[in-house]
Amino acid sequence: MKALYFAWLRERVGKSEEEIAPPAGVATVGDLIAWLSAKDETYAHAFEKKSVIRAAIDHAHVSHDAKIAGAREIAFFPPMTGG
Amino acid sequence: MNAVAKPIIRVQREDFNAAAETEALRQGRADIGALISFVGLCRDEGGTLEALEIEHYGAMAKAEIERVAGDALARWPLLGLTIVHRYGLIEAGGRIVLVAAAATHRGEAFAAANFLMDYLKTRAPFWKRAHLVGGALGDWVEPKSADDEAAARWN
Repeated sequence: MKALYFAWLRERVGKSEEEIAPPAGVATVGDLIAWLSAKDETYAHAFEKKSVIRAAIDHAHVSHDAKIAGAREIAFFPPMTGG
Repeated sequence: MNAVAKPIIRVQREDFNAAAETEALRQGRADIGALISFVGLCRDEGGTLEALEIEHYGAMAKAEIERVAGDALARWPLLGLTIVHRYGLIEAGGRIVLVAAAATHRGEAFAAANFLMDYLKTRAPFWKRAHLVGGALGDWVEPKSADDEAAARWN
């Protein structure tokens, strides 16, 4: 699946998107954040404030409890500041 | 009762003409009694801010604004609705967002425009970053808890 990062999360991860292949045990958005955070210091720093990280699966907002099975695109971003 | 118009929603880099957008909602009909037009502008923050860089999630932004518009149309019998949200670099004084809502009576039009702005701020995937006077890159704009509270009052 494709992972996308926006705003300061994109800057901390150091890229705007990448292909990821989480193992079968990674079931939810929260699991995916934990799995990414365990990759290295860069991801750990980017995702350290877990409670503020928002996520969208296939262009719709989801909670950290949402299942990721079948997702084509998962985006991570800070709280939005549009309008 | 007239059928609710399909909302016009655009996400664009270019500026928009608020007067022309609201006129297009009104033109050729006589059933509208209230037309509210809200334009969000880029403040200069007391002369310290030169511009805002607005990052957006292109594949999601229009879809999310459509969902928010759908929520508004389910709550109020609007006769017309136009939402334009810009992205990219917007200089101080420039236009960022337009919400224009038309209804039979002003109550619905005011409420819908208010609701739409509250929800766009907390749900539409846009992120602002300050460019300061003098050329320095400023911080990402922090979300305001007041915005979350404003959105929550509609629940």
